[in-house]
Amino acid sequence: MTTHQRSWRRTVPGALVTGAALALVAACGSGDPLADPDASSTDGGSGTDGGSGDGAAIVVGSQAYYSNEIIAEAYAQVLEDAGYTVERQFQIGQRDAYLQAMEGGEVQVLPEYTGNLLQFYTPDTEARSPEDVAAALPDALPDDLAVLDYAEAEDADSYNVTAEFSESNGITSLADLADYDGTITIGGNAELESRPYGPPGLQEFYGVDVEFTAIGDSGGPLTKDAIRDGTITMGDIYTADPDLATGDFVTLEDPENMILAQNVVPLVSADLSEELAEVLDPVSAALTTEALIQMNAASVNDQQDSATIASDWLTEEGLL
Amino acid sequence: MTWVGANIAQVWNLSVLHLWLSVQPIVIGFVIAVPLGLVAWRYRWLRGGLLSVIGLLYTIPSLALFVLLPPVIGISVLADANLVIALSIYAVALMTRFAADAFAAVDPVVRRSAVAIGYSSWRRFWAVDLPLAGPALLAGLRVVAVSTVSLVTVGILVGIDSLGLLFTDGLQRGILAEIATGIVMTVVIALVLDLVIALAGRLLMPWARRPPRRRRWLPWRSSRTSARGATAAEVAE
Amino acid sequence: MNLFREAFAWLFAPEQQVGADAVLVRLGEHLLYTAIAVVISAVIAIPIGYWIGHTGRGKQVAVACSGAARALPSLGLLTILTLLVGVGDAVLAATVVFVVLGVPAVLAGAYAGVESVDPDVVDAARAMGMTEWQILLRVEAPIGLGLLLGGLRSATLQIVATAVLAAYVGLGGLGIYIIRGIAIRAYEQMLGGALVIVVLALVLDGVFALATWLITRARRTPVRPGDLGGPGPAETAAGTAQDQTSRSPAAATEGSS
Repeated sequence: MTTHQRSWRRTVPGALVTGAALALVAACGSGDPLADPDASSTDGGSGTDGGSGDGAAIVVGSQAYYSNEIIAEAYAQVLEDAGYTVERQFQIGQRDAYLQAMEGGEVQVLPEYTGNLLQFYTPDTEARSPEDVAAALPDALPDDLAVLDYAEAEDADSYNVTAEFSESNGITSLADLADYDGTITIGGNAELESRPYGPPGLQEFYGVDVEFTAIGDSGGPLTKDAIRDGTITMGDIYTADPDLATGDFVTLEDPENMILAQNVVPLVSADLSEELAEVLDPVSAALTTEALIQMNAASVNDQQDSATIASDWLTEEGLL
Repeated sequence: MTWVGANIAQVWNLSVLHLWLSVQPIVIGFVIAVPLGLVAWRYRWLRGGLLSVIGLLYTIPSLALFVLLPPVIGISVLADANLVIALSIYAVALMTRFAADAFAAVDPVVRRSAVAIGYSSWRRFWAVDLPLAGPALLAGLRVVAVSTVSLVTVGILVGIDSLGLLFTDGLQRGILAEIATGIVMTVVIALVLDLVIALAGRLLMPWARRPPRRRRWLPWRSSRTSARGATAAEVAE
Repeated sequence: MNLFREAFAWLFAPEQQVGADAVLVRLGEHLLYTAIAVVISAVIAIPIGYWIGHTGRGKQVAVACSGAARALPSLGLLTILTLLVGVGDAVLAATVVFVVLGVPAVLAGAYAGVESVDPDVVDAARAMGMTEWQILLRVEAPIGLGLLLGGLRSATLQIVATAVLAAYVGLGGLGIYIIRGIAIRAYEQMLGGALVIVVLALVLDGVFALATWLITRARRTPVRPGDLGGPGPAETAAGTAQDQTSRSPAAATEGSS
């Protein structure tokens, strides 16, 4: 008992376990992992703890969507090239989440899509064309946010059915759905259910009542599988998705313009908009829908990481 | 496997980050839960209430906690601190019960012997209760560690990066290798932490090494000396 | 507290009482997933656990496998399995994930229950001429029922909490309120959903507590190791410690969502 007693008074197990665990972290992390300068696409930690406001580093964010992350990575790389210190806070989530972070000043730059952004702040907007949407945006945004020049590249929500379904029911447009007898189930991210271009919009613009299935892969393979196997009638797939070119799906036309133009646009903190415009406007000027689809394909098919895809494209365009 | 080759740096960064995000709540949870467990064991009238309230915390879905906690304590949803605090709460919820059970399982005869030879309660705690409860505390800590490492991944659904990013991103891009890598690395981190804790226990508490178990049903063994099973309180509380 | 009021207002609003997204419908889905997974976990784990407890063999393997299973991240497993089987069979994927979660807990409860039986009792049964099957079914299983219920309870609570993830792959359940609430930052919806899940967990917990109480009431509580008083302090200490490390069923049983 005595030996144990003596050693135990010096060695408290909790403290030592803690020490061992921390030593392990130190050994593996070679220092503070949050300060890891090795910036890969999802550079860990991404310094959320600091928030921002000290102006030391620009925090570039992205949606929880791989294609958006690639664009964000391109923004980050040109900013770094221009001498800025950049922190990456990628894959934040969906619009409500990251706009909250941007309004709170935690994130200063994020690639957005003009139409959905406009509709987020003014759901009843009448603007539809790229020009009108872009023109309406500055007034719609909160004072502390601003958009820079938009790119030609578009990545819009779109409703897709199987080619077979389209043929056998003669449905090529959302307007045709009103005459369809069966139940229409649409699939998409959970937030689509309450978006103006989701079930509420389909009812308002096309008089179609739909059921909704939430599938959280942003129009990815699960959504596509679900369309193919009939789990859902149609799915929300973004138009820059390389798989739309395969011919498996028919993208339903939107004659009533329920879905707004969705040009890629940098959303930035208003106080930084002028200096950031100098760096990011050339990127937007070069970004076409074709380029975006190609980059998406590089990600999905060639499985490259976003940093490589972005730098390849920037180099090709002479922007790096 | 193309993906792994092209993204090895990202996997490494996320793994390190994941480890760091896991270790913090494990340590914080342990440090808070052991005294709580001690209190729950010492003051029997407190035990039921304290353990049920803490157990209640464990039923809150982690995903909900990640979003509901920040407005309550005034931090960003995206902050690592959000995840660390939320997972510390779960660690405490699990560990407190383990700690209370661990102290309760210390043989009262030993404890009475210590009192009989004049140990103060403070000294008895450090010299008797803690060393004897130690192996059970560590066993509990191992469970907490493994479950915490796994829970960290859920943070990605609210935008807190970890190996969980490989799940959501891999799902969107349809890359099985990416998700599989995330799973493997999460398991590896869990097993490494588990091993570290187990080894620490070996080093700190050499008396805890278990003798070979006897098969009860062999009639020629003396059943009296075979190890006994646990009491109902330890599982079915 | 204001948030709680909004959550309750949301929960009891008329829109939440009708249609495919009604709280009761989601609750039903959630319970169904949980029940299926718990039943399958029990069917898999109880025979294995009894075998381990009765023969004393395979314990190390079971503990190692349980540890590994517990380390598997549910979200990762769910995404990869759903991707493999397709979203049409996502129920299958989700069930596998929840069963992986439930099996270790039930297993630990089953073998701890059998092991908790006093060896003297087993020897006595054997001496009376009972076969090994009779010993297992008439002696060990009934005496170990309390611990088995503990394991089932733990598995159920973990699955209830984790079934939230089902909504991520289009399966609905109460998690849909949380997943959707996160996406659109609708706190009242998230909190409302979380509250229903917590209440569900508490109710299920209560059911298990009641069941445990009913079966233990009829029976003498097993004696704790220390109360036997035979071996000297040091030996007991080592014995207790060993017991705890190798098989504290609470430790082995709990896991996480």
